[in-house]
Amino acid sequence: MRRSLLFMPGNNPAMLQNSDVFDADGVIYDLEDAVSVTEKDAARILVSQYLDSLRRTPPMEIVVRINGIDTEYWEKDLQAVVSDKIDSIMLPKAQVCYLNQLDEELTKIEKAKGMTKKINVIPIIELAVSVLQIDDIVKAPRVNGVLLGAEDLSSDLEVARTKQGNEILFPRMRLAYACAAYKIDAIDTPFTDTNDNEGLEADCNFVANLGMNAKAAIHPNQVPVINGVFVPSAKNIDWALRVEEASKQAAAKGLGVFSLDGKMVDKPVMDRARKILLKARKYNLIDGEAE
Amino acid sequence: MKRGIAGTLESNDIMITVKESDTLKVTLNSIVYDFFHTRIEKVIYDTLAELGVDKVDVVCEDKGALDCTIKARLITAIHRMEGER
Amino acid sequence: MKNSLNRFVPDGYKPFVGSDEYKKQERRLIKEKKTSKGFTELKDVSDLFDKLNITDGMTLSFHHHLRNGDFVLNMVAEEIKRRNLKNIKLAPSSIFPNNKILVELIENGNVTDIYTDYVNGPVAQAISEGKLKGTCVMHTHGGRPQAIESGDLHIDVAILGVPVVDKEGNGSGVYGKSACGSLGYAESDLRYADKVVFVTDTFVDVCEKPQLDGKYVDFVLKVPAIGDPAGIVSGTTKITKDPVGLKIARNAAQLLDELGMIKDGLSMQTGAGGTSLAVAYYVKKRMVERGIKGSFASGGITGYFTDMLEEGLFDELFDVQCFDLKAVESIKKNATHHAMSGSKYANAFDDNVVDKLDFVILGATEIDLDFNVNVTTDSHGKIMGGSGGHSDTAHGAKVTVITTNLVKSRLPIIKEQVTTVTTPGEDVDVLVTERGIAINPRRTDLLEKVKNSKLPIYKIQDLLKIAYEITGEPLKTEKSDIPVGVVVYRDGTVIDTVFKTKQVTK
Repeated sequence: MRRSLLFMPGNNPAMLQNSDVFDADGVIYDLEDAVSVTEKDAARILVSQYLDSLRRTPPMEIVVRINGIDTEYWEKDLQAVVSDKIDSIMLPKAQVCYLNQLDEELTKIEKAKGMTKKINVIPIIELAVSVLQIDDIVKAPRVNGVLLGAEDLSSDLEVARTKQGNEILFPRMRLAYACAAYKIDAIDTPFTDTNDNEGLEADCNFVANLGMNAKAAIHPNQVPVINGVFVPSAKNIDWALRVEEASKQAAAKGLGVFSLDGKMVDKPVMDRARKILLKARKYNLIDGEAE
Repeated sequence: MKRGIAGTLESNDIMITVKESDTLKVTLNSIVYDFFHTRIEKVIYDTLAELGVDKVDVVCEDKGALDCTIKARLITAIHRMEGER
Repeated sequence: MKNSLNRFVPDGYKPFVGSDEYKKQERRLIKEKKTSKGFTELKDVSDLFDKLNITDGMTLSFHHHLRNGDFVLNMVAEEIKRRNLKNIKLAPSSIFPNNKILVELIENGNVTDIYTDYVNGPVAQAISEGKLKGTCVMHTHGGRPQAIESGDLHIDVAILGVPVVDKEGNGSGVYGKSACGSLGYAESDLRYADKVVFVTDTFVDVCEKPQLDGKYVDFVLKVPAIGDPAGIVSGTTKITKDPVGLKIARNAAQLLDELGMIKDGLSMQTGAGGTSLAVAYYVKKRMVERGIKGSFASGGITGYFTDMLEEGLFDELFDVQCFDLKAVESIKKNATHHAMSGSKYANAFDDNVVDKLDFVILGATEIDLDFNVNVTTDSHGKIMGGSGGHSDTAHGAKVTVITTNLVKSRLPIIKEQVTTVTTPGEDVDVLVTERGIAINPRRTDLLEKVKNSKLPIYKIQDLLKIAYEITGEPLKTEKSDIPVGVVVYRDGTVIDTVFKTKQVTK
């Protein structure tokens, strides 16, 4: 479960060493677009040394965006960064064939390094062909979330990228449905105007209503806005708490269905309330342990 | 003569230049020299030992880099000197 | 001799005991200077030295309202140099990099002693290198008026840059081409120096709401310009965009909220630094959301606070110094934006504003495990600032919050002991960093209020440990044993000594 994933350029020590303080649910250490071709070697070594040096387990998911499978860098990237210190690999320009190749390579490295954990994969959907393959991409090995990459996608389509985002309405909806079907995260494309947090908030609300459940950030100052949107509202939490309480009482009486505020509460409604409370507890909006 | 450079002069980074040499020589300039020179030197010597390099001229211009950055830049510089990218 | 914080105090100075000790003393006031009707106009700087008979060993005072654009101190320094006067004592309320001419005067023995609240740039460097033959006495903004009004700091001639002067000799800082706003730090000099000279570039017939009363003025010198507007005030002072600074500010505001400080009638002060202003931004957000109205904000004022005044979020502003053009504009047009003197601002013995503050947001170059704060020297012991109003506001405010990065360029900002004590830990309540918050254990009341908080609250020792995990433990450096300056607390006692810096290895 994620709300925010924050991109950090992989070759910038000043930013790396503060990357864990911004309350992002995950940080993406970027070896791809944020790193020039002459510094690919420096960035992968820096990121691996930085992660290796962490003395405390960071409070967030650690993701590394490697270079694409169609480049000469991706295998070296994996060799350098895959370890028990990271949680996920983000793959740009993802397609089903590439995801299978990545899975094989990760399996080899995990074995060779004697790792205890299995690395997850977050594919980026930034080619028209990937949008069409989405139903298979979400089923690919290790995939537990999918990021929409609108900049490259609109360039593939040869359409202009706009703040309003009509050009990416279809992929956003496709992702939302595919991810919901396989219970993984649909992560929205970054909002590129880092000086417009009101626009960012509106954009987050829009995609949240489409069923996407997280968004990538390209600046730390975007994280609080994103985290604030992709959580249940105070009103919904209040409702869910009352459903929880009423369902306990109903269960004690042996009732599977009951009524609250004059509306019938049955299993789908109770499930929705449970999901709301799980999220609310996970993100410290109410007391109690997330189950 | 083979040489390699890595890093920048930005805050929290270190620029390391390595050159083939007959001996081992380390020159360190640092904005935090008085507080950390022993640690920085140790990172440099330990990393060179790990890489099995004992004949090299290392010049460091440090802008307050952490140990992990110093190690990363040195590894990169050595790799570059040896022609690996 | 050592003071109560175990810091060295040179002979001839009283040791610091505690921040409340002043309460045991009576206010001491010398007689105000003789007043005069009318003033004599001077031809030029040379004429000023002749008419006032400025000779070796005299004490000359200045204010710093023209900041890094100031010409007045520099033109006087040029004349001291030309005449090769010796053993002059200078008492400018602050010294900035553009006053670098003083370095030469210090090296030549023209200037041997300096009294100031803040000094950075080449002059600070020269003092740290031990070039001053006498001592650099570093006051607070509230301690300086106290030293002047009590006669502890005797001023022979106050030479005050004043943006406009009228026919009666009244002066104001809010008009003219060199407008700088409030002239708060000039007021004690005006009243208690033996002689007062105004240096201006603009005469007017009548000055509206003059801050400086013409009856104290003996001479006026008109020059082409008293300062460079570009260096006097910046266009606007903006909140930081640095994400670490903003994270610190968010947590600071959240903590103030949980401490119950954001409520109707609140009074606050922040520095003009980007992170401090960002705290104001997050406090303001809560005030607007909940319809909270504050009573006042004080100190050096920025456009950020004048906006809040104009939006009705504060009843009044008490302004000792304007930090930007917007503040200068506001003090001109807003009747509730008051200029105040340094004494009314922060003098422990006056009915002052800082004592009425609910909370203040301050910075730190270093803070130690006892919550002592250093804003006077860097970690090598080299002078790079001074208290200004730091220790005054820290003492006065009910809650004093220090906001700073935990680590800057590999140096942990928390030390086992600060290099130099500017503000005693007994007056510092909360430290907010990007990796956690520490509350002074003396403030059991505050700890009680946030015991169920979800904010990352640690013991300061644990925050130090977190910093060391990132940077490694720094080597201990040794100070030289040659004093070059004293840090004078607001009650006139010495809280610490500044030593000559050793050759810094590069």
